[in-house]
This record gives sequence, structure tokens and C-alpha cells, in this order.
Amino acid sequence: MKRIWKTGKQERLFRSLFFSCVPAFLITSSSAFGQPVVIGSKKFTESYVLGEIAQRTLQEASGEVEFRPGMGGTIIVWQALKTGEIQVYPEYTGTISEEILKEPGMHSLDSIRERLRAFGVGMTNPLGFNNTWALVMRRSKAERLGIRSLSDLKKHADLKLGLTHEFLDRQDGWPRLRERYALPQQDVRGIDHALGYAALATGEIDVKDAYSTDAKIAENDLFVLADDLNFFSRYDAVFLYRLSLDDRRTGLLKTLEGTINETLMTRLNAVAERTKDYAKAAAQYFESHGKSNMIYSESFSHKLTRWTLRHLELAGFSLLLSVAFGVPLGIVASRGGPIGQGILGFASIVQTIPSLALLALLVPLPFFGISVRTAIAALFLYGLLPIVRNTASGLQDIPRSLRESAIALGLSPIVRLWAIYLPMASRSILSGIKTSAVINVGTATLAALIGAGGLGEPILSGLNLNDHITILEGAIPAALLALLVQWFFDLLDRVLIPKGLRL
Amino acid sequence: MSALVRLVNVSKRYADAVALQPTNLSVECSKTTVLIGPSGCGKSTLLRLIIRLIEPDSGSIEFNGEVIKPDNIDVLRHRIGYVIQEGGLFPHLTARANVVLMARHIGKSQEEMQSRLLEMCALTRFSENLLSRYPLELSGGQRQRVSLMRALMLAPELLLLDESLGALDPLVRASLQKDLKEIFAHLGQTVLFVTHDLAEAIYFGDEIVLMNEGRIVQKGSVTDLRERPADAFVSEFIHAQRGIPIL
Repeated sequence: MKRIWKTGKQERLFRSLFFSCVPAFLITSSSAFGQPVVIGSKKFTESYVLGEIAQRTLQEASGEVEFRPGMGGTIIVWQALKTGEIQVYPEYTGTISEEILKEPGMHSLDSIRERLRAFGVGMTNPLGFNNTWALVMRRSKAERLGIRSLSDLKKHADLKLGLTHEFLDRQDGWPRLRERYALPQQDVRGIDHALGYAALATGEIDVKDAYSTDAKIAENDLFVLADDLNFFSRYDAVFLYRLSLDDRRTGLLKTLEGTINETLMTRLNAVAERTKDYAKAAAQYFESHGKSNMIYSESFSHKLTRWTLRHLELAGFSLLLSVAFGVPLGIVASRGGPIGQGILGFASIVQTIPSLALLALLVPLPFFGISVRTAIAALFLYGLLPIVRNTASGLQDIPRSLRESAIALGLSPIVRLWAIYLPMASRSILSGIKTSAVINVGTATLAALIGAGGLGEPILSGLNLNDHITILEGAIPAALLALLVQWFFDLLDRVLIPKGLRL
Repeated sequence: MSALVRLVNVSKRYADAVALQPTNLSVECSKTTVLIGPSGCGKSTLLRLIIRLIEPDSGSIEFNGEVIKPDNIDVLRHRIGYVIQEGGLFPHLTARANVVLMARHIGKSQEEMQSRLLEMCALTRFSENLLSRYPLELSGGQRQRVSLMRALMLAPELLLLDESLGALDPLVRASLQKDLKEIFAHLGQTVLFVTHDLAEAIYFGDEIVLMNEGRIVQKGSVTDLRERPADAFVSEFIHAQRGIPIL
């Protein structure tokens, strides 16, 4: 199939350009004109690269194009498309039928397209390559054990499998694969895709899942086990888009149909992993198609400023909310009783939910979705406990004799709270706010998982590329920011804690 | 003689322990009444019931003929000064801010507050230079003087002192006792004074009220207590405290 594609490449490109772009340009609806379009991608190299390509392609239409790379797994990105948080993202036909539509047998593009229409979603024709799942091993180990196909795995029950979480959980992933090939392995663990390659190299795991266009296969000299029972279905790459997207942009997306074969995709993936720059990989695509070679790549200082500002926005807004709700809740909690216990209990439980799980829980809720809002809400909930607890304990620690003196003087409850109790508890309350601020600055790196940006963005893509430098580009500023916040609050202590309490 | 405070059948119990048996007591105007007795006898409970830090289980308390209720206590508290053992000064406020706290809260003018403050400083022999200090920067005796100024700031009809001098060393305590006695005499102040020290009770008390196990055992002058003890406990209590000046 891909050979056939190659011959007709130029012609098809030209044809689709002409037939979809030109008329679309003439009849562009004024309502959609100039509206920003948001492109999403999943959290792996190929999805990043395809997202970059779509971004550059759509920049040819007027209006802003926003790219939210590395939003996480299928469910998150699909949810974002369904609710209109994003309008475009790259997907695979196999994933659409198995995971999104949950109709494993569905292979025809027309029937898939028909079903997607119900969600207000359209699908381009295949981009030209089939990126199916595969299981890979180190070549040396595979040769030593004489393993060539998935069926051969049956004879080696002690092999350690390290699979991505998505592959472990998917309908068309591990559960059915294990069943089909009757695989006996017991040691099966979930591991991040990029980290899995490192684990494979060190021998911590023997087998992992991969995508057939993954540049790491050639790079690490890995052996792809033959799918001798034809278990894996086709995963033709396509773009999904909102049907409400204007014709001009839809037309531009369609110019990408049939323009990337497996060789090109593997090469683009390799460029992305080597240069640690997805935009550069996307530029290679346009170069290979004789388009402008200009790379839309930001300077590092510009990127750092953008990440840091977004990071501060995330941590700052969430902290403000935590303070606005945490202090009053702490005041109520300080009175004890079932309500006070309830508040402290709730805040403690929120704190025990892993931050990633909390994000995942908020994403499907109506108001939230894949957005900065969700990240701020999650950080806000995380920041509550230290503030609530410290406010409550600061107030409870005020000696009874002083409380009674305030009452006996005849001060009203509000004045007692405002003029006496809160200032006396100020040290404890401020230290709670400081703890919460430092936690927020650290946790805000996770916001990048749902495309909210911040310093987590380089950390995520670095993790994906297994590139320590890129990770540090995010990690070092995040750590410095946490120190800065700590220092700022130490300074604030001197201003806000009454002098009489600092003697 | 008129009573400023009158307790009628007032009682209080905590869980299973009786803190105060049904009790009747009158606090006379312009006199210092001293409540004395061993720890846990109910003397502090009685004081705290008057300022309503705790609610009585039964009976009623009248202040100047008016029954104290939850809805008038806030106003009545402005007419009652209260000084506890540690002084109860708020550590985040300067001496000045502590003293004028309540006056400012009820909207007294700046000039009025300032002149009253200077008056109080003179009365309690507290140096004006120390007014800008925080409680932690003051000695124990100075703190009690500030606390007294705060209690007297609004010229209360009744002053309640709960072991106010209990934590001071003997010399400071003696000088403060002397000053206090002069102040009370100068102001014609009605005072209800709680102490466990018989010498102090005798020094201040126009009337001594001896309490034990939640009830009043005997009320009268020190001579009454010594020469006409109501029961064995009274003479035991009087004689347990050695070195009492014979008046």
C-alpha cells in the first residue's frame, strides 16, 4: 500500500491542494474567519511531530493557531476534541475503532467517518503510514533465546515485560494479546514509554511495546517480534477535527493526506529525538515536500519566559484560591465538632489522591476538561490542606487565658477574630501558605500533562525524548522558582507577622 | 450599704464534679471583697460566672439591679474590668494598643483616649515611655500594671482580679499591692479579688469570703474568721498559713 502511495504523491498533493484549498479560500465563512484554532497532541514523539506539522499547515490560514502538545493519552485528547477544547489532533484508525468507538471490527474509513459524525467530529484520509503496535526485544537477547515471533514468547515464561500504561489498559492491547497468544509471563509491569527503552537497555525488562514507526527501534538495535497470528489491527494515521472547523482549514488539513509514508515518519521521529526539537522535525517534512525550510522555532529565553510566566500564573492563581477558601475553612475547622473534623478530613483526603489521578478525575467534569482551569482547580485543592490545617492549629494554639481576656473585654466576635485571634495565629497561617505555595510551584509541572503549559512542558518532552538537558531546562527553573517563593515568603513574614510576636 | 453584684442561688457543675453549690453573695459598692480558699474551692468559677465566661446552671446574677443575660452581657462587660494572673495582654499589640483596644473599639475620640491613658499611667505608676513596648519587652510587674490600666480604662463600676499578683516575685508583689490599695481607695473602686494567699486577703479585704468545696464557708472580717470560726475548716485554714501579721 505504501509503495502505491509513493508514485502518486506529488499528484495527489497538488490535487488536494487545488480542489480543497482554492475553493475553500474563495468561500471562507466570515464567522470562522480569524478564530483561533487549537491543535492537541498525545504524549509521544510522533504525535508531537504530527501536531507541529498540522500547526504549520494551518498557519497558512489567517487567524491564530495554538498548539497544546503532550496532553496525555487517547481518552484525554478525545475528550478535549469532543467538548471542543481543541479542534484538531492526530489519531490512528485502529485506536478510533477499538478505543474511541469500541467497535473492534470496524475497518472501513467510511463507516468510521459515519460514526464520528455523531460526535461532530470529522476525519481526514490516512496520512500515508501504518503505525501499528509491536512488541520489541533487544536483538542480542532475542537471538540468544531464538525468539522471532510473538508465538515464540510462550516458551519463555520468565521474561519480564514492561508495557506502557496505555497498552496495558487498552481493549486492543495487552489483555487480548495475552489471550490470543496464550502468553504465560507473570512479571508484567507498567512503565512510561520513554523510560521503558532505558529499562530495556539495562535489562530491567526484556520485552516492551512500541510503535512500528518508532525511531528508537533502529536507534537501539531492537528486534520487532513478528505478529504471526495477525493480532494487531491497522493503525493508519489520520487527523481528527471538529466538523465546525471552517472549510479553509479543513482543506489545509486534507493537503496532508497521503503525504507521509512509514520511511518518512520514522525519519521525522528520528530527527525529533536526535535534535530534541519537534519543530525541526516538522520542518523536515516541509523540506521533503519542497516547501519553505523556515523553522518556526522560538529562542530559548523566549520559551523560558513563556513557561515561567505560565507556571507563575498557574501556581499564583491556585494559591490565591487556596488562601481565599483555606483561611475561612481553617477558622471553621478550629472550632472542632463534626463540621471541623469534616473539613480537615476532606482536605486530608484530597491531599492523598495522587496529583496525576486528581487531574484525570477533573478532566471529564463539564466545567473543566483539558484546560488551564483544570490545572488551577487541581492545584487549588492541593494547596488547601496546609492552609486549613495551619489556620486551625494556629487558632487553637492561642492560650485560653488570652481568648477569655478578649471575651471579658467585651470585644464582639468579629473584632476578636480580626484584631486578636488572626494576628496571633499569623505565623502559623503564613507558614501554611508558604508550604502550599512551594508545593504548588512543584506540582504545577504536572499541568503540562493536560496541555496547560508551564515549566512541566520541557520536563515532559524531555522525558519523552529521554533527553536530560531538556528535562533540566524545566526542572532547574522550577526548583529555582520554589526557592524564590520560599525566600519571598520569608520576607513576607517580616512584614505581615506583628512585631510583638517576633521578639 | 448597697450591693453592686448579687448572686442568688447560682450553681455550676462540670460533667460529674460540682464547681459551685447553689450560692448567694453580695458584693458591696466601693469595697474590696476577697474570695479566698484552697485550689478548686470554686472562687475562680464564681468570678468567671459574673463576667459570663461560663454560664450558670441555676440561679441568677444581678449587676446593679439588672439581671445578667446573654443579650446584655456585651454592654455590661464594658462596665466590668477583669485582670487575670498572667495579665492576659495580647502579645501582638503594644502596651498602648492593649490599653486603648476597647476604647477605640467603641469609638472614643483620640484626645479623650490620650488624656485617659496619661491619667492611668500616673495612677498605676507606669512610665509613659514604656507605652510603645510590646508585652514581651516588659517585666512581670509592668505587665500587670498595663493589664490594670486596660481594665480601668473605661472606668468600670466593678473590677475583678483573679490571682492577679500570683505570679510575681515577693518584692514586686509587695509594691504592687501597696499601689493597688491606694488606687482602689483613690477611685472608691468596687473590687472582687480572688487569691489563695491569706496575707494578701487580709491586706486588701474589707470583707473576706472563705470558700471550700464549692460553697461559701464563712463571710466576714479577718477577726470574725479568727475568733468566731464557723467550723473546723475555717480555723484550720487560718492557722495553716503561718506568719500572718496579727491585726
